[in-house]
Amino acid sequence: MNAPDFRVARSTRMHRYVLVVGVLIVAVLASFPLWAQVSFLRTMVTFFTLVALAQMWNLLGGYAGLISVGQQAYIGLGAYGLWLIGDVIGLHPFVAVILAGVLAAAVALPVAPLMFRLRGGYFAIGTWVVAEVVRLVVSNIQATGGGSGKTVISAARLPIDTRINGTYLLALFVAVGSILLVYFLLRSRLGLALTAIRDNQLAAQSSGVNVFRAKLYVYLISAFGCGVVGAVVAMNLLRIQPAAAFSINWTAYALFIVVIGGLGTIEGPIIGAVIYFTLLQSLSQYGTTYMLLLGVIAVVMATKAPRGIWGFIAKRWDLHLFPVRRRLVLEVPPKPESPAAAGASGPVAEAS
Amino acid sequence: MDWVNVALQGILLGGLYALFATGLSLVFGVMRLVNLAHGDLGILAAFVALFLVQSLHLGFIWSGLLTIVIMFVVGYLLQRGLLNFVLGDDDARPVVVTFGLMIIIQNGLIMWFSADSQGLDAGKIENISIRITDKLSIGWFPLLVFVTSIVVIALLQQFLNRTKLGRAFRATSDDREAAELMGINNRHIYGLAMAIALAIVALAGIMLAARTTFDPTQGSFRLIYAFEAVIMGGMGSIWGTLIGAIVLGVSQTLGSQAFGSGWGLLVGHLVFLTVLAVRPSGFFAKTVAA
Amino acid sequence: MSVLEFQEVDVFYGDFQALFKVSFKVEEGQTFACIGANGGGKSTLLRTIAGLQRPTSGQVLFQGEPVDKHPAHDRVGMGIALVPEGRRVFPSLTVFENLQIGAYGSRKGDWNTDSVMELFPLLKPLVKRQASSLSGGEQQALAIGRALMSNPQILLLDEVSLGLAPVVIKRIYEAMVHLVDTGTTIVVVEQDVQHVLTVADYVACFLEGRISLEGKPSDLSSEAITAAYFGM
Repeated sequence: MNAPDFRVARSTRMHRYVLVVGVLIVAVLASFPLWAQVSFLRTMVTFFTLVALAQMWNLLGGYAGLISVGQQAYIGLGAYGLWLIGDVIGLHPFVAVILAGVLAAAVALPVAPLMFRLRGGYFAIGTWVVAEVVRLVVSNIQATGGGSGKTVISAARLPIDTRINGTYLLALFVAVGSILLVYFLLRSRLGLALTAIRDNQLAAQSSGVNVFRAKLYVYLISAFGCGVVGAVVAMNLLRIQPAAAFSINWTAYALFIVVIGGLGTIEGPIIGAVIYFTLLQSLSQYGTTYMLLLGVIAVVMATKAPRGIWGFIAKRWDLHLFPVRRRLVLEVPPKPESPAAAGASGPVAEAS
Repeated sequence: MDWVNVALQGILLGGLYALFATGLSLVFGVMRLVNLAHGDLGILAAFVALFLVQSLHLGFIWSGLLTIVIMFVVGYLLQRGLLNFVLGDDDARPVVVTFGLMIIIQNGLIMWFSADSQGLDAGKIENISIRITDKLSIGWFPLLVFVTSIVVIALLQQFLNRTKLGRAFRATSDDREAAELMGINNRHIYGLAMAIALAIVALAGIMLAARTTFDPTQGSFRLIYAFEAVIMGGMGSIWGTLIGAIVLGVSQTLGSQAFGSGWGLLVGHLVFLTVLAVRPSGFFAKTVAA
Repeated sequence: MSVLEFQEVDVFYGDFQALFKVSFKVEEGQTFACIGANGGGKSTLLRTIAGLQRPTSGQVLFQGEPVDKHPAHDRVGMGIALVPEGRRVFPSLTVFENLQIGAYGSRKGDWNTDSVMELFPLLKPLVKRQASSLSGGEQQALAIGRALMSNPQILLLDEVSLGLAPVVIKRIYEAMVHLVDTGTTIVVVEQDVQHVLTVADYVACFLEGRISLEGKPSDLSSEAITAAYFGM
């Protein structure tokens, strides 16, 4: 008896539909500068940065299992990086945004091995200490404007249309880019390593996965992403200030979005960002109450529904919009006598 | 000359940090939980004491004692009502839940009391200094806080080493299931551990409030200093936490003196990061992190 | 009335069924041996009696009363003491403290630190040592002693000879003879058939979650036992 042939498949027809729909959505969003109001564009920039931030936080927390409470260090570094590279060094602000991300990743490089000496809740607080250190340094140096901060002149000097539309498209690019970055990462060998590490770090290590390197890469990528987010935010606001740039609130937003949407999925942070953002628009004037409510939702969700909204949907309807999982498809050879069962193939087992 | 004085102040400051850190260390030791809301619970206690003083017109001491009792009960209920359900192997859940708790407490306090700085009037004891030599003098209250921290730690250590319940704590920490076989209800033990931890951090919060002004956002800093003290001292060692706290306090005060007041905290953090780099298990490590 | 009775008990670990409608009785003062290969369900059996595992159907009766509703930490007070597989002494506690913890349930009886150390004299010089520094045999003696400190009505022993040198196993079983003489009801799970048959009044052989053979040792031939053990 011959063993059945098999192939490892990733996408289904549904995924192709999703891709088409996705491209359409992005195209529509990209067209907004042509007909939408400035205030709306600026609001959408905030939304896009939240999506990107959530993806980066989720990459670290949901996939690598490193729950960080200190990504604001890199957001702030990105913001200050924009000023440093745009104003002080003199490069074009749009270029400076990407380089600001590189700057953040450069700082993350020596920090990572230090942080990896800690685990779980202690790792979390450790990342917060790092954020505090950066904040204090920036607040105390006169060159960076001390406690009152700086204006990002290189961005302010751009012609208004260029600035507004450019920032919008940049933010859209960053949001889509973060989603694609995570998607391709998860399909790569690094992604496989991460899944193994998340399930059982010791077993992964025994199987030859270089756990330290995998975590390091993810930490650097997340820092880069957060840095870019910070730079885009600074571009949008035109002002940088240590208290706002390095605020713990960034972590709070990312955490809520991911917990509500679904930890460890690509779709989750997107859903979470939409929900969070919608709530923000209607309740933002309530400031403190809003944050309190978010805290309550986060606690309740993490306790009762740890997989988040998307986790629930994915489990209930076995729905996965992004084809990162690998499925085993058996090619059943046609039976000679019966005409009906010719060349049947179909999914047999799912492996994520 | 100033240096000795400054160092001495740092040591006394360490006493306050140790009081904040002890509860964090205890809870981690017994149930491997890092409670991100720990600092904020201490600040919550300060506000409770403030409320008792202002609204019920109880004296400082009675408010303090009552607050400690209240926080003891709060700790037990919090553990059994919520945190017992998020313990386990998963790294994410306890962090997310205690972070959420932190946000709830901070914003709740802002809503109830406003974000303004507050002070707790401890009466005449606050400002007396004690002269040791011609050039050396220390505040009476900081000395009291330091001595209190030593007494609390000593009592806790005695409790753990010499009492039946303390043995139960240690056994549960060693092997939860085997402890159940001995007749120890670990959900109850965890509740008691959190209750004791919050009673101690309440004491810390009240002493902080008497010593300086406080506001709802202070909790985050308290958590960070407590954490640094625990890591530097070595996980599993309560006396180690005191040493870690003293090292932190001295670093901060000397740093302030040497580089200016804005830099003191930074020096403290840098010392912590150095210890983490050079001796990650701390000065007196006993248990290994999960 | 039997001290312990299993009535058609099913136990699952998640999706995996470990016990299939298991029924048996243990009488007062009896030494009941459970033998069988790994995976037979023997440890599951003891854990279910101790409350660490719950039956999905059927019930467990202790002194005629159903115990399943009672959580594990209540069972010591009722008189059920388990010496778990792998000893599981408390590593950071001293030998003496381990014994003290055994008496946490505060049941009255003849067992105390003195009488336990009479049974296991090897523990006497080790009293102040941390349990983590003990050898396997010493830890086993300590684990049994710790269970005895609760003055149990029924003592459950899970694989006490596992990983121990033959000399040590002999000593443990000598102590067990003393225990049997005191009239304690014992349920002992063992892979080492030879030793356990010397002390057992009644033996049940478990194969893949079911009893494949049971009876008095004197009534069972070694061929029958081997067949039942391996499922031949």
